[in-house]
Amino acid sequence: MTRCRPDASRCSVGLTSVRTFSAAIALGVIVSAVACTREGEPEPPRGPASAVLPASAGPRATVALDAEDGQWTMPIKSYSAARYSQLGEITTDNVKNLRPAWTFSTSVLRGHEEPPIVVNNTMYVLTPFPNILYALDLTQPGAPKKWQYEPKPQSEAQGVACCDVVNRGPSFADGKIVFNTLDNHVVAVDATTGKEVWKTKVGDINIGETMTMAPLVVKGKVLVGNSGGEMGVRGWLKALDLGSGRLLWTAYSTGPDVDVKIGSRFKAFYPKDQWKDLGVNTWQGEQWKIGGGNVWGWLSYDPQANLVYHGTANPGPWNPDQRPGDNKWTSTLFARDPDTGEAVWALQKSPHDLHDYDGVNEAVLIDVPWKGQTRKALIHPDRNGYVYLMDRMTGEILSAEPFVHITTSRRVNISNGSLEYVPDKKPKVGEVVRDICPASPGGKDWQPSSFSPRTGLLYMPHQNLCEDAEGLEANYIAGTPYVGMNVRMYAGPGGHRGELTAWDPVAARPAWKVTEKFPVWSGTAVTAGDVVFYGTMDGWFKAVDARNGKPLWQYRTGSGIIGQPVTYRGPDGKQYVAVMSGVGGWAGAIVAGNLDPRDSTAALGFAAAMKDLPDATQKGGTLYVFSLP
Amino acid sequence: MRRLPKGRQLVLCAAAATLVATLGACQREQRRFRESPPSTSPSAVRVSALQPGTVQDTTHAAGPYDNVAYHVSEGQRLFGWYNCAGCHANGGGGMGPPLMDDEWIYGSAPEQIYNTIVQGRPNGMPSFAGKVPTSQVWQLVAYVRSLSAQNSTGARTSRADHMMMYPGSGSLQDPEKPVKSFRPPGAEMP
Repeated sequence: MTRCRPDASRCSVGLTSVRTFSAAIALGVIVSAVACTREGEPEPPRGPASAVLPASAGPRATVALDAEDGQWTMPIKSYSAARYSQLGEITTDNVKNLRPAWTFSTSVLRGHEEPPIVVNNTMYVLTPFPNILYALDLTQPGAPKKWQYEPKPQSEAQGVACCDVVNRGPSFADGKIVFNTLDNHVVAVDATTGKEVWKTKVGDINIGETMTMAPLVVKGKVLVGNSGGEMGVRGWLKALDLGSGRLLWTAYSTGPDVDVKIGSRFKAFYPKDQWKDLGVNTWQGEQWKIGGGNVWGWLSYDPQANLVYHGTANPGPWNPDQRPGDNKWTSTLFARDPDTGEAVWALQKSPHDLHDYDGVNEAVLIDVPWKGQTRKALIHPDRNGYVYLMDRMTGEILSAEPFVHITTSRRVNISNGSLEYVPDKKPKVGEVVRDICPASPGGKDWQPSSFSPRTGLLYMPHQNLCEDAEGLEANYIAGTPYVGMNVRMYAGPGGHRGELTAWDPVAARPAWKVTEKFPVWSGTAVTAGDVVFYGTMDGWFKAVDARNGKPLWQYRTGSGIIGQPVTYRGPDGKQYVAVMSGVGGWAGAIVAGNLDPRDSTAALGFAAAMKDLPDATQKGGTLYVFSLP
Repeated sequence: MRRLPKGRQLVLCAAAATLVATLGACQREQRRFRESPPSTSPSAVRVSALQPGTVQDTTHAAGPYDNVAYHVSEGQRLFGWYNCAGCHANGGGGMGPPLMDDEWIYGSAPEQIYNTIVQGRPNGMPSFAGKVPTSQVWQLVAYVRSLSAQNSTGARTSRADHMMMYPGSGSLQDPEKPVKSFRPPGAEMP
């Protein structure tokens, strides 16, 4: 564990809270403050403000909790996406005794980003392509297989999946397990019998579409989105009827308002997002038809407001010179009515995205004490390097502070909602622009955070990467990559490539950080025992203290971990923790895809930063389940 | 026209003769300036080396453009143009497998690579039949083979050092063993 260093660019924040620090830290802040009074310095790179906060100091953020049933029925655990379990058998004191209870091989050796889900004493494990669904009987010793369902997706789909053939999980609703297949089918399987209930095709691999996201089921509707931002695929979110699989509505991320489902109820908070048909007018010609904005990330839902929150991905191609304009509604956060798909508000976080900063990361729905009031908020760590705390009713940004080293932008101006880019870091055709931070996977990619109401902290797994980039002219050929960028990535400041950051939403800064050699590409889960679980790409499954990041326990699994940890109460009443081990994904493609790192641009530049991963782990595909003795 | 003095004519002749002799000694690449592009595609290409019983044939014909620098260079341009690089990067792979190593799922012979491009392969390689002209497919074949140094050194294209970790690390001229312990320059920042 390392503690955050005071950062010169954040002296004002540091000074106001100096009194609460220990003398040593206060001295550090003062030194930094003095250092940053020098004027005329060009664009100081932005990094996270620093402080070591006692977890109990002052009013805390919190989250609405349902009654704990000891299950984990969807990847995000609850509609708020907090991934917080109220199970407390495993504590900071006894977690050191955790040991494997049983394991299960998936027979697939690609990146396992999915969580196992647990419903009615059955565990459901969905594999990456070929998307096999296993049901395991938790009531029997060793959890034998009840049945398996094979959707048999088209093998060719593997050729249009940008970043390994991953799947981010199944969801349970109304007796059915629903999930997406790589070849664009949404499937509902009877959770008891394993029989297919319905299977609906919603996309086409021949235009480069795939599906990797975890569906969210809201009010009898299965909400799904497509992937393909690297293939010039137009992004959409669709709702299917949970009973029949019939398509109910489609909301596109680009195009005229009627396609985007922007109508009379739409009220963006900032003027920059208020105008007619911005999904067409912020593009040239018909580029919006191949402009990306895919919905491959996380959805969350506020039942009281009846609003679903989702992000949209990067615009295509990556080469920004080929798509003048703001490119709406790519790299945007939407609030939509799940009944109709209507957009209620939107915020484009990275207009005219320059660096592949998708906007699809999780929006965790929390309640935050803010200037004397409690605000219904969402917290969203974006790829552009800022943690956005927003009013989830209106789309107003309450704060947007950096959580990684940033050279590509100066700040988020919260008075007008705009990201202030640093022009020098804009990629150019035929020129290599260096020291672009964060790199294209952003300060944080898909890997989901968790939030504990006990500490009021958000546990963000993320990376610390910078890159060099060279623009190229991209040709649009349907069903082939539409990128136009040579990229090579490397570790950011400090030399470590991964971090687990505990973010305090109220103070808008990290409470503590753990650094990791490799990007932390797994999700996190946090429990009432104040234990945070996550995995590393060299195969360690770890538990740290939610209050201070102190390492408590670790176990070396067979392959790198990029999955989402879950915890549940077994039929025997004991608390279990489960995670998939199987390296891959964009970060682990070098191992899963046998890539050759002599080419620094392999895996869109990620392989360059992961040259030593093949020495640290092997391919795998195993579920690990842990419990106390 | 002014005539040169006899002595100078002699010197010039000697110089010209030496030049011709010198050029003759060089082993130049085969360069055919007027050539009809190969219009036929290879037939009956084996992708498996396993032949039950008697081995009937193991030879593979050379690609028509393998050792012609111009065509290799054109192949490199088309490799970007047709978005091959989008999946295979500059040889290191990504969505698709790397092409600069010694692993060839469907064979490394020119006609095998030709068929891979034209027919496609069931695990993700699209079929470009009817989309890329035959002569350009052969140019792509020549470039793809150059990535793993399967053609003559003289015909290979130039390096792309500006995007490499350090000069020569991704050299297309001299594929070498990856240096895995290398720490990139960015890691040393404060």
